[in-house]
Amino acid sequence: MRRLNHLFTIAISLATLLVVSAFIWLLWDLVAQGLDKLSWEFLSQAPKRSGREGGIWPMIVSTLWILIVAIAVVVPLGLGCAIWLAEFARRDHHWQRRLGVVLDVLAGVPSIVFGLFGYAFFCVYLNLGFSILSGGLTLACMMLPILIRTAEMGIAAVPNEWRQAGAALDISRTTLLRKVILPYAAPAITAGLLLAIGRATAETAALIFTSGYVDRMPGSVNDSGRALAVHVYDLSMNVLGGDQAAYATALVLIGLIIVINLGANLLSEYWVERHLQRI
Amino acid sequence: MNSSITNKTSITLALWSKNLSRDGITKMVLGLIASVAVLLLVLILFFLLLQSWPVLNITYLPLFFSSDGWHPLEGKFGLLPMLWATLAAGLGALVIALPLGLATAIFSLYMAPAPLARSLNLIVAILAGIPSVVYGLWGLTVIVPLINQWQAPGASLFAAMLILALMVLPTIAITTRSALGGLPISLQQAAASLALSRATTIIQVLLPAAKTGIRQGVLLALARALGETMAVLMVAGNVVQTPHSLFDSVRVLTANIALEMAYATDHHRAALFASGLLLMVLVSITLWLAVERTKNTTSARPNA
Repeated sequence: MRRLNHLFTIAISLATLLVVSAFIWLLWDLVAQGLDKLSWEFLSQAPKRSGREGGIWPMIVSTLWILIVAIAVVVPLGLGCAIWLAEFARRDHHWQRRLGVVLDVLAGVPSIVFGLFGYAFFCVYLNLGFSILSGGLTLACMMLPILIRTAEMGIAAVPNEWRQAGAALDISRTTLLRKVILPYAAPAITAGLLLAIGRATAETAALIFTSGYVDRMPGSVNDSGRALAVHVYDLSMNVLGGDQAAYATALVLIGLIIVINLGANLLSEYWVERHLQRI
Repeated sequence: MNSSITNKTSITLALWSKNLSRDGITKMVLGLIASVAVLLLVLILFFLLLQSWPVLNITYLPLFFSSDGWHPLEGKFGLLPMLWATLAAGLGALVIALPLGLATAIFSLYMAPAPLARSLNLIVAILAGIPSVVYGLWGLTVIVPLINQWQAPGASLFAAMLILALMVLPTIAITTRSALGGLPISLQQAAASLALSRATTIIQVLLPAAKTGIRQGVLLALARALGETMAVLMVAGNVVQTPHSLFDSVRVLTANIALEMAYATDHHRAALFASGLLLMVLVSITLWLAVERTKNTTSARPNA
């Protein structure tokens, strides 16, 4: 019995150690191979010789533009849908349940299938072509179910007493929503948005046929723009001798994801503090 | 308990219905927005069907399951080798990731001192956030050459399994951790009062009690592995063939779409959209199992 217990502890520890070593190995390669190439010039210049030399500035700009388009579309849609589900749809009503199923299916659609849809609908049917707009809209579709689910949970978690107090004071639901419920649910909503933005920033497959491959600086949202993740893919698969630049770009991509997370965290804390003081 | 909540809700609703006219516009606008989400799914299905319509008929459908291979320009559309490769890579990744994910969760919950558990959780969270294309890059430049020294050509089903395992491991570890963490403390107390060893407590008491949540995590991980494109595309070698050994180069359904969409026309393009539909069905079935099986087990255990 004692032996079994020891064996179990050793097996679990070894397996965990294996996971941690794999993580350190991955991190080590990323830093060791990427850091050499990483410099101010790399961040601020346009790529030369298909990205073997030069930098990634156009890709950083394209990535940010794609994200801005996606966020601008997904926030009003996702938030509106979440509020409707949590506050206005009748509990257990068949429409609410159906919408739940729809969201679960949407959340499970593989990103490459979103890419196919984005290509057929935004690029061809709506005639937007390979553009930042098409890419951003495709990513917005991907982000929608993630944002709705987390925001809905956050809003539903607001204590019911507050709603009753609002009703007793004859405050309209709209005002109550704006002044009490949304500020209270803000951290949960922000967390959901962050999760969605993280996924969008990391996305490659859905962007290849929607925002395209062109590595020039985009002039407007109607231009094609190559996202950072697509650049990593292209450098490692199609450009001989592009590995170092690919690793450096991967470091920038991960750095960007971390910065977005930290920034939005701070923002939501500040926002919540301000609003809770006012209540 | 339940009925009192329902009562409260109905009182609240009754009070609020007074304000309905004031909030009518808000409700209408929000309802309109919510219907966009439904519309979106309808649009996705509609456009996938529309684009794959040319091959969704009695002449073409049998070709998908023929054994002539995938030569779309010659009118041969055999998807089976890629379907097997997709399933093999996904299931293989699960076989590797499941024990490791379980172990990580168990270690961080029951064995590690608090600071170590916190750093372990952080590591798992970072692994979950790393973009799939970065996993692919690392697999292509580090793992594939290593396998190549052992078994050529290196870019293989095995490489795909390893990279996918690392990618879905966080999903399994996180869901297991929350399933185990959500168990009532009385279970552990009862086990301790029976003088059960830690190993017995975890294996015979805690893991079975948390199996619903764990199963859900495993199916979520499988869905993610089946739908993954970039990481597999970069390490699997992309030769269309039915895998006969771990070290064969294979092409999965997602990679096929990504590789050929750029130049596909006519029926070739339609076949790619059809394989997108097939993928969606595959993933939907997996997710449906996750939800359905959970429902059944919770209703079967009334006192849990």
